[in-house]
Amino acid sequence: MVGFCGLSTLLISGLLLLVLGYITLHGLPGANLNFFTRLPAPVGMEGGGLAQAVAGSFILIGLACLIGIPWGIGAGIFLSEVGKDSWWGEGVRFAVDVLSGVPSIITGIFVYSILVVKLQSFSALAGGVALGIIMVPLVARNTEGILQLVPQGLREAALALGLPFWKVILKIILPTAARGIGIGVTLAVAGVAGETAPLFFTSLSNNYWSLGLLEPIASLPMEIFRYATAPFAAWHELAWTGALVLITIVVSGMLLARILLPGYNFRR
Amino acid sequence: MSRDLFRGMTAVLSLGLVLLVFLMAFVIWQQAEASVQKSGWEFIVSRHWDPVHEEFGALPYIYGTVISTMLAVLFAGPVSIGAAIYLAEFAPRRTKALLAFVVDVLAAIPSIVYGLWGSFVLAPFLRNYIEPWLGKNLGFLPFFQGSPFGLDMLAAGIMLAIMSIPVITAVAREVLETVPDGQREPLIAMGATPWEVVRIGVIPYARNGIVGAFTLGLGKAIGETMAVTMVIGNEPKISASLFSPAHSMTSVIVNEFAQATSVLHLSSLIHIGLLLFGLTLLINVLARLLIYQMSWRVKKRNENT
Repeated sequence: MVGFCGLSTLLISGLLLLVLGYITLHGLPGANLNFFTRLPAPVGMEGGGLAQAVAGSFILIGLACLIGIPWGIGAGIFLSEVGKDSWWGEGVRFAVDVLSGVPSIITGIFVYSILVVKLQSFSALAGGVALGIIMVPLVARNTEGILQLVPQGLREAALALGLPFWKVILKIILPTAARGIGIGVTLAVAGVAGETAPLFFTSLSNNYWSLGLLEPIASLPMEIFRYATAPFAAWHELAWTGALVLITIVVSGMLLARILLPGYNFRR
Repeated sequence: MSRDLFRGMTAVLSLGLVLLVFLMAFVIWQQAEASVQKSGWEFIVSRHWDPVHEEFGALPYIYGTVISTMLAVLFAGPVSIGAAIYLAEFAPRRTKALLAFVVDVLAAIPSIVYGLWGSFVLAPFLRNYIEPWLGKNLGFLPFFQGSPFGLDMLAAGIMLAIMSIPVITAVAREVLETVPDGQREPLIAMGATPWEVVRIGVIPYARNGIVGAFTLGLGKAIGETMAVTMVIGNEPKISASLFSPAHSMTSVIVNEFAQATSVLHLSSLIHIGLLLFGLTLLINVLARLLIYQMSWRVKKRNENT
């Protein structure tokens, strides 16, 4: 039986290698400078790239972080330090749980109804807002969890020295927890970097180089979907390369957070 | 800054979150209202989805979602639990960190990338090797009849299973780690083998939490959009055969939203979204209750001893 359990773990690792392997295999040939600097070429012509999608993804992720990180960390601090064991706290915790379970497609429909319809246009802003909303519960839950692990004695010592409450949290507790929170933030960013469904309803796509916040914008996940479902083999290759770039961004972010951030190592 | 100002600021952010959830529910309900008024309860039982004649019945999509997610938990369950048990009970310390990272990476791979892999690698593999074999050897079962399609319910089930594995494994592992050592030690003292310790002492105690983990995985699978829509075949068919293409609640919304021909069509799609919202809400609440119940039990036990 122990063998079965070990075998299961091997199977899972094997699956990961299988998926990553195929993506590297099919995506690497197309990963040249063209991909990052050129716009899509007309069908049949060589040398096209997905530069606007890479740029678009960065913009969308940036917007999402602007909304998601402060809101999420603030909510996490509330849950762990301020509202603990109170009715408010339970209510907020429930809201965070609900929000984290909402399928991203629903968030997309929601932002569509309030932003896209009102502004009468698909926009990068709407996409960023949708992704930000998806980020908040991820960051909040992780922040709360990490803050709970910080020893209570640290807070008490700081307060005993006469520091104001906000300084205790922001200057002593948060930096101690920085590594754990940072890892959680990168996981959240990884999660939203690959979200496609909400973008269908918010930022849609754009064949041209566009950085305007009120214009539709291309993004790696959307373009991967469009190109993968198209009938042209050349486009399929672009889709694979796009997938490889996406995964590289995600995994390197996760690795970097673990390596670079200093602090207490809470990670089991 | 005073203590109260700081606490007030975080409180505002957090209550804003609660308001956001209510706003979301309200807006989705409002957009779906036209369809709810028109179709009523028939929406859930009718097979007839006809944008041209403005008659909408969502049964094929509900069927697709239900069957594909049940398949997913069926396939993912044993593997995830096995891995979770290994990670929590048997794995040496250094490999634990590595394997936890592997599970994290699996969870972080975007849905669209899984979909890409599924449609170009998994589906052809199923169509050319697995499904013909299944049809030949187990074809007396209604599940394996019909011609192999590749882009079908089986592919969707496997795809969703792969995507649920990280969630179920991670949560089940945490649940198992919460089980107090007082459950294991007496058994070890009586000479039980490592597996017996787990089977007799740990798993029954963690049973509710493990079911909670399954439920969370189910919840995630229900909301999956991109990976499903790329491998399920996107045809509103209801068939017992796993080789038949199908459609799910999420994939129909994604496919038809951009081309929705009328206000009612759009509203019906959002109506499906509303059902999805309600379904995932229910499932997530259930899962949380199961998991929290276990940690209350541990807390109580610690208070008593």
